[in-house]
Amino acid sequence: MVLRLSGLSVTRRRRPVLHGVNLALGSGEFVGLIGPNGAGKSSLMEAALGLIPFTGTSSLAAMPADRRARHATYLPQSREIAWPVSVEDLVALGRIPWPGGGRSGEDRAAIDAAIARMGLEAFRKRTALRLSGGEQNRALIARALAQDTPMLIADEPIAGLDPAQQLACLRLFRDLAAEGRTVLASIHDLGLAARFCTRLVLLSGGHVLADGPADAVLGDDLLRRAFGITVRRVETPDGPAILPV
Amino acid sequence: MRKWSVTLSVLVGALFLASLLTGPAGLPAMDSLRALAFGGDGPIPIVMREIRLPRAILGLAIGAGLGLTGAALQGYLRNPLAEPGLIGISGMAALGAVIAIQTGLSLAAMSALPLAAMAGATAGVALLVALAGPRGGSVTLILAGVAISALAGAGTALVLNLSPNPYAANEIVFWLMGSLADKSMLHVWLALPPMALGAGLILSVRRALDALTLGEAAAQTLGISGTGLRWRLIAGTALVVGPATAVAGAIGFVGLVIPHILRPLVGARPSALLPASALGGAALLLAADVAVRLIVPDRDLKLGVLTAIVGAPLFLHLIWKTRSGGRV
Repeated sequence: MVLRLSGLSVTRRRRPVLHGVNLALGSGEFVGLIGPNGAGKSSLMEAALGLIPFTGTSSLAAMPADRRARHATYLPQSREIAWPVSVEDLVALGRIPWPGGGRSGEDRAAIDAAIARMGLEAFRKRTALRLSGGEQNRALIARALAQDTPMLIADEPIAGLDPAQQLACLRLFRDLAAEGRTVLASIHDLGLAARFCTRLVLLSGGHVLADGPADAVLGDDLLRRAFGITVRRVETPDGPAILPV
Repeated sequence: MRKWSVTLSVLVGALFLASLLTGPAGLPAMDSLRALAFGGDGPIPIVMREIRLPRAILGLAIGAGLGLTGAALQGYLRNPLAEPGLIGISGMAALGAVIAIQTGLSLAAMSALPLAAMAGATAGVALLVALAGPRGGSVTLILAGVAISALAGAGTALVLNLSPNPYAANEIVFWLMGSLADKSMLHVWLALPPMALGAGLILSVRRALDALTLGEAAAQTLGISGTGLRWRLIAGTALVVGPATAVAGAIGFVGLVIPHILRPLVGARPSALLPASALGGAALLLAADVAVRLIVPDRDLKLGVLTAIVGAPLFLHLIWKTRSGGRV
């Protein structure tokens, strides 16, 4: 198992937001975390990473900080870049947990590979903050790739991106899973989640409501309970299109 | 980057020499340096070794310390307006010094004033730790720092207000302006060891500050301990700024302006900016300290006054220049 959570509970400002969540993620899985706002998706990821206090166990948070940083990468929702550093320097931050600290041959290779994979060669020396939002996001994903961990945890990675960028991002995550890594990402677009993820986890009110393949998780009854909506499903050659009505 | 560190090092070396060779005594340059290196009889070795050398060393060390801590705090708070005085330690050090002057303690022994200032700085650190705690984000630290600065400022004002002795009040006002004049090797030995320790602590968190470019959560998942970073930064800043204020008074703007000037040149990465800002701060303070001796040699122009007079318009110019270019 790449990540095992058992009995994970989180209380924020004396309000319980996660109730005894059990979850086990294996390699090669791209798990989409879906659920309404406030369902506990971000809390689940932050607790799993050991960023916030929780009760229960997380195999990841139990690791020492340096080993954890070589096991899982985190892409927060905020997409913060505090200083006008070059794309290359930004991507190099992903190598901080590794022994070379960014300067060894192995580090250079990982940085180059990440930049190439995100198509950022032309932007290498450019200041990341002067790029467009989509390009900045690609640079941040390249930073995550450079960390080169078996697991990637991404909080709403496609929020605020144009459709082409959304597709590119989800394809990349699917490819990462196909290469044997594990991806856990919260996604609001149910149709895209159904198309790209190998498995969905539906969270509602701090409980796991459903966990499994898209067909099983996106049932009418479950979606009504979680979101209070009904959906129309249109089968297309590329997978189901899911339209909330 | 390497090019800039060489340029800055040469500049610091040249200004250190200029500081050694500037003074009201008007000594010949070669004689001065010979006396400094080999000693000898007469007044020149005494002037060089006991007046100018400590002044130049303190200018170098305090300037470097202010530049370094300014860059480190800006990196930690991810805010280009942060400066070494922000966390309140220099304000508390000044309060300690002011109390020593007011009570006449400073007349009892030469070391009384800097020691009282360091006691003030230590009290400031204790207060800061109690208020901002081991956990908590950078905002708590700013708020606690502002509160402590306000408290120290109020305490200083109270001492001035209640001062029955106009001469003491006068001395306090001039001390607060900041100066490197009339410092001895005693001041150097008091200030340098803690400052070196503090600088070492701050330089040890360079990569952690780099990681913070991505925000606090992402930095933690890169293996950075938020608590460890915070402790080292608070302790490091206090160890640098406390003794610096204790021997030289409050010298503003160096820690604020230097990282701004250097960021476009050496890059915004904190790990590159930290050593560069130390060199830049040393260069600026040495230059300013040479300038106060040259501009009005017969009047005691205070160093802190000059850095503020030069620093404020420089800062305005930087804001003006970067206003259209996006981020400061």
